[in-house]
Amino acid sequence: MKRLEAVNDFVIKFANVNGSGSASANELFAKAILRMGVPVSPRNIFPSNIQGLPTWYEVRVSERGWLGRRGGIDMMVAMNPQTWDTDLREIEPGGYLFYDSTKPLPASAFRDDIAVIGMPVTAICNATYEDARQRTLFKNIMVLGALSRLLDVDAAVIEKLLGEQYRGKEKLLESNLRALQAGRSFAGDHIKVPVGLRVRRADAVGERIFVDGNTAAGLGCVYGGATVCAWYPITPSTSVVEAFQKYCQKFRHDADTGEARYAIVQAEDEIASIGMVTGAGWNGARAFTATSGPGVSLMTEFIGLAYFAEIPVTIIDVQRGGPSTGMPTRTQQADLLAAAYASHGDTKHVLLLPQDPRECFDFAAQALDLADRLQTPVFVMTDLDIGMNQRLCEPFAWDDGRRYDRGKVLSAAELEAGREFARYKDVDGDGIPWRTLPGTHPTKGAYFTRGSTRDAHARYSEAGPDYIYNVQRLLKKFATAAERVPQPVLRPAKRPTRLGVIYFGSTAPAMEEALESLSAAQIHLDALRLRAFPFPAGVREFVENHDHVFVVEQNRDAQMRTLLINELEVDPAWLIKVLHYDGTPITARFITEAITTHVHALAVAPRRERLPT
Amino acid sequence: MTYIAKPRLHHPSLVPNKVGYTRRDYEGKISTLCAGCGHDSISAAIVQACWQLDIEPHRVAKMSGIGCSSKTPDYFLGASHGFNSVHGRMPSVLTGAYLANRELLYLGVSGDGDSASIGIGQFVHAVRRGVRMVYIVENNGVYGLTKGQFSATADRGSKSKRGVVNHDSPVDLVALALQLGATYVARGFSGDKEQLVPLIEGALRHGGVAFIDVVSPCVTFNNHAGSTKSYDYVREHNEAVNRIDFIDAGSPILGTPAPSGVIEVPQPDGSVLRLRKLDAAHDATDRRAAMDHVQALQAHGEIPTGLLFVDAQAGELHDALNTVPQALSSLGDDRLCPGAAVLAGINGSLR
Repeated sequence: MKRLEAVNDFVIKFANVNGSGSASANELFAKAILRMGVPVSPRNIFPSNIQGLPTWYEVRVSERGWLGRRGGIDMMVAMNPQTWDTDLREIEPGGYLFYDSTKPLPASAFRDDIAVIGMPVTAICNATYEDARQRTLFKNIMVLGALSRLLDVDAAVIEKLLGEQYRGKEKLLESNLRALQAGRSFAGDHIKVPVGLRVRRADAVGERIFVDGNTAAGLGCVYGGATVCAWYPITPSTSVVEAFQKYCQKFRHDADTGEARYAIVQAEDEIASIGMVTGAGWNGARAFTATSGPGVSLMTEFIGLAYFAEIPVTIIDVQRGGPSTGMPTRTQQADLLAAAYASHGDTKHVLLLPQDPRECFDFAAQALDLADRLQTPVFVMTDLDIGMNQRLCEPFAWDDGRRYDRGKVLSAAELEAGREFARYKDVDGDGIPWRTLPGTHPTKGAYFTRGSTRDAHARYSEAGPDYIYNVQRLLKKFATAAERVPQPVLRPAKRPTRLGVIYFGSTAPAMEEALESLSAAQIHLDALRLRAFPFPAGVREFVENHDHVFVVEQNRDAQMRTLLINELEVDPAWLIKVLHYDGTPITARFITEAITTHVHALAVAPRRERLPT
Repeated sequence: MTYIAKPRLHHPSLVPNKVGYTRRDYEGKISTLCAGCGHDSISAAIVQACWQLDIEPHRVAKMSGIGCSSKTPDYFLGASHGFNSVHGRMPSVLTGAYLANRELLYLGVSGDGDSASIGIGQFVHAVRRGVRMVYIVENNGVYGLTKGQFSATADRGSKSKRGVVNHDSPVDLVALALQLGATYVARGFSGDKEQLVPLIEGALRHGGVAFIDVVSPCVTFNNHAGSTKSYDYVREHNEAVNRIDFIDAGSPILGTPAPSGVIEVPQPDGSVLRLRKLDAAHDATDRRAAMDHVQALQAHGEIPTGLLFVDAQAGELHDALNTVPQALSSLGDDRLCPGAAVLAGINGSLR
């Protein structure tokens, strides 16, 4: 048997039981490697459960900086007997199994093409600790100690991290350090299996930060000036609001009075959440809600009202697997159509598509600006993979010279000066009308907001021409939106090519890695990363300038491709589906394989005639 | 039709109030409801109450859901911003507006279909949250716009215009509001303006959740024999438990002892609300006693009206949230954005 050997390039997976305290030790493991200057990308794979069901933590170590999920496991830390068989099967040939050998297992329980490392962790903990809770908690730290020894993770770095974690709790720190040391000593003294996977100090992390997308989005709402947040708990979006609350508690209370410059209301359901956000937006506050697919379904009537009555609304949709309750703790990009065309009647909405936590921060703040500017609902379409996993990304940035764009709001002075006010009239040619806020002026600027048809002066009307004027203006406004949303990012191929690929959101890290391996195999693709809907002009150009364009997305029905076909009216044959939708994050291996297969097939039978260049 | 502009000619005898507005300035567009509709009387009572209280119209936001009642905000306070929102969802829209700007008065108008059926959840939660608002339900026991179906407040045994007898128990919004912690709970009758105007005034001055259930007969679909929401039926069974008088801050009467049979409730604005008891058995300052007495009267087929409960210690959601006294919507970048230096610190903690 040839053992896997790799330095700073492997995948290790921890199989645990939910609620056993493993999460914190696992995070320490990932963070320690990061502190050694080696990029890691961890992913929580967890059930919809609080205690007792299996949970996994998969860490990819990659000095080259690949942050997508790779696929395949080089070392499995199998601490959950429930999932033993499946966990074992996942290990790559030549890989490693680390397990708790307290209870002897028959040889038939193992594979002969992997290296097996047993450590009687439970026995050691039972001998060392009296308390049942300590036995469980320190078991995780002891395993961390042993692994650090086996994989050459610097103990001093872990000790420093523990010191930061237990600052001011010296007794706890002391016992954690002892458990860590015990694990290290055991590995040094008793584990004789040579392990070919190693971590070596490097300088590949730089200034980047390590944070989850939901925290970033919550912080982005603080920086973007949101003052009203109404929400209903739903996985995987809940931590967006928790982060907003945490940062507001730090930065939004008056030092002397303690008074809050924000209001958070946990509503009775998503209908009420979006209703409150709509009411607050109508009344001039920057307001947002965070939700997931089932919440968006409930919100759709209000989203149509906000679109038609032209009210700023920001919705952060952390997508999960659907339909229905679907896979609440798994990731997908499957709410695109539900969000883009949410509600009855002719409706279209602005979607922003962040690729990582940094863009979650940027786009959350920008969504609040865009909602005010465009007077319409704006979605930030993140997903569980970005939202609930810590990801290495560029540090957050803010320009102190930046001012919030509050959009077209007439002031009391402007009204007093006799400026014309017609709530639904396009006076600037961009489709965006001016609005007034309640309480502005005693005699001027009041109007009646309604979801039914009205004329340009907000007067009730069911006249066809008034309706047409209004909905055509909304289309013009949508075209204005295409110019103002984050523009797509082009990554040209190293060589001229007639092949293109379109991707977006959490697919980005896997796609970047796939592009490199495809290029190494002489498959060259220009790549366009979408960052928003409606599609800016560059998207049409990209599609038209390539013979075949792959559209890579994480849903069954090729929803982004549907949007492209529908909005750009391009030939569906030009757009080739690459779809990943089993609930796990898409991998570079999957993309590479799918595109390679297609390219070989196209070489035999091209679907599209080469365009004259 | 609403697009017909109402003539704004003022009769010379119309008197301006302290803020310089005549009663006509509180009116809105011409109503499109049926002639004789109880809802129009309620609109008129709102106009009267706002004029008498010297409320500047632009400091009021009118919110409603969908239905006949929800159309009415277009027919009063034409100089106020109004929002005719989604069926049954006025409470959440009002809550959001209130969160954004605590400096305005929020007047929510809804119907029995809006608040007792499709929107009962929102009604319940806005009340229990303590949103400072006046919440008026124009209650006629019937769906008017869709032509005469029973609503959830129709009494068991009452008969529809087509002769169908309602077999479902009614939702009692007053009982719900009392149970959920509303601090001002009243019931009025659109046919008794003398009683209704002070009830609305009291609600507008109240600093918490003020709920008024106004029985408001539907002349087209629910004003026949066998209906328990007809003019005749309500007049026969109306049991007013008290009458309201206000004594304004600065008035010489303030401070004089209350006559017997009168209780005084201090208001947040310094004025005093005097309740003249008509039914000696009703104590409007004791929530449990009030609930009990209202139930007892209703069990006897009476329709108890008046200020059924008032809590002088009303609180509101903004107090619970400890928000700044200014409107959140008025806060500028400098008070909302922590800035680049703080962000650098946050970045540092994430490495």
